[in-house]
Amino acid sequence: MKALSEYRDPAAILRQAGAMARQVSRPWTLMEVCGGQTHSIVRHGLDQLLPPEITLLHGPGCPVCVTPVALIDQALALASQPEIIFCTFGDMLRVPGSSGDLRQVKAQGGDVRMVYSPLDALQLAQQSPQRQVVFFAVGFETTAPANAMAVYQAERLGLDNFSVLMAHVLVPPALEAILAAPDCRVQGFLAAGHVCTVMGLNAYQELVDRHRLPIVATGFEPLDILQGIALCLQALENGQPALINQYARAVQPEGNPHARALMQTVFAIADREWRGMGELPASGLELQARYAHFDARQRFQLPDRVNPPTGPGRCRSGEVLQGRIKPGECEAFGRDCSPEHPLGATMVSSEGACAAYYLYRRNTHV
Amino acid sequence: MCLALPGEILEILDPEDLLRPARVSFDGVCKTICLAYVPEARAGDYVLVHVGFALTRLDAGEAARIRQSLTEALDLEALIKEELLHESPE
Ligand code: SF4
Repeated sequence: MKALSEYRDPAAILRQAGAMARQVSRPWTLMEVCGGQTHSIVRHGLDQLLPPEITLLHGPGCPVCVTPVALIDQALALASQPEIIFCTFGDMLRVPGSSGDLRQVKAQGGDVRMVYSPLDALQLAQQSPQRQVVFFAVGFETTAPANAMAVYQAERLGLDNFSVLMAHVLVPPALEAILAAPDCRVQGFLAAGHVCTVMGLNAYQELVDRHRLPIVATGFEPLDILQGIALCLQALENGQPALINQYARAVQPEGNPHARALMQTVFAIADREWRGMGELPASGLELQARYAHFDARQRFQLPDRVNPPTGPGRCRSGEVLQGRIKPGECEAFGRDCSPEHPLGATMVSSEGACAAYYLYRRNTHV
Repeated sequence: MCLALPGEILEILDPEDLLRPARVSFDGVCKTICLAYVPEARAGDYVLVHVGFALTRLDAGEAARIRQSLTEALDLEALIKEELLHESPE
């Protein structure tokens, strides 16, 4: 319980906030890139405890939110085919494509199943040899080792009725894209703890060196986040770009080498389109050539665009995801767009910034 | 979506299997979890689990601490039901 009180103690939280207030000498803008952290910040009002000089922007920290419409459309097309059992994490069920969402396909008779693990989808394929099972492989680096193992196992088992729709995204290229924008305001990042549990810290060192800014691998509890911010602030005030590990208890500098080894066996780095951010080079994962026969796009000969591209509509989730606007600045927020009737992915996912603000800040003007 | 829950390894079911399946308890809710990525983990250890895979080993104090913070932040009971048992509140 001692460890617990250390990280949960409101007095410690206030002390930490107070220490920051004394330390800060000018305005700084930081960005967290983890939906879990965004949720925690908004829920606990951590941003409101910070000295006014510090601005927190919410980044593209939710893989569900950044999956582009074209990919959701491919998922809808697959899920509608009668021979296919389409398996997905629950988060994806309500993410809108250009014509509805997976839940609607299911209501219209599509065989859409929510699974806890990609291994559940694999098992389903073993149990249903006469059906085709497609797994929607969504996620950051945290989820990639699990999905890599499912494909690796399918190969070992010789399963020819299992395939994956690859939607994997990588965090560092998104940070790179944000930093490269001419109007970038971000001066320091909090990096997602569990992504670093798998990948370690190396990929961030390069960003730190090139862009001369602090990056802090951070956990997602209130005091973790405040410590992450404080460490970032310290580095900024000292003018010292640095890579810092706030979350050392779950993040080894080298990450998890076993997980990474299998990821590299099964997946190759590829360009990927992000919702609202366009195509980012080397920002996603596809299957290695020797596992390409498990690619659902190839197996079912899906076109890149199932539907013609639609305009952005009223949803401004692309700007929300890049920290350009806060959810409340979107006209539709809380009026035409709510978790019950979402217009965009950032309102669907519980880790999306729009949903977090709707849940905890609807009635306040921030 | 990168959420990971701490669980206690009760029993490694098949140490020879590539997946190293183990029975892991999340506050009494048991699931079969893949330990392939934490070859050093043993029964009695706590592991941080994401979509059926242990990503790293934790000490018991750490597990209790993360659990506690999740309980406060997210209503852990509902989360366990939703994540592991698919009893969606919808
Ligand atoms: S409030 Fe709704 S419409 Fe506006 S950006 Fe967020 S998800 Fe899109």
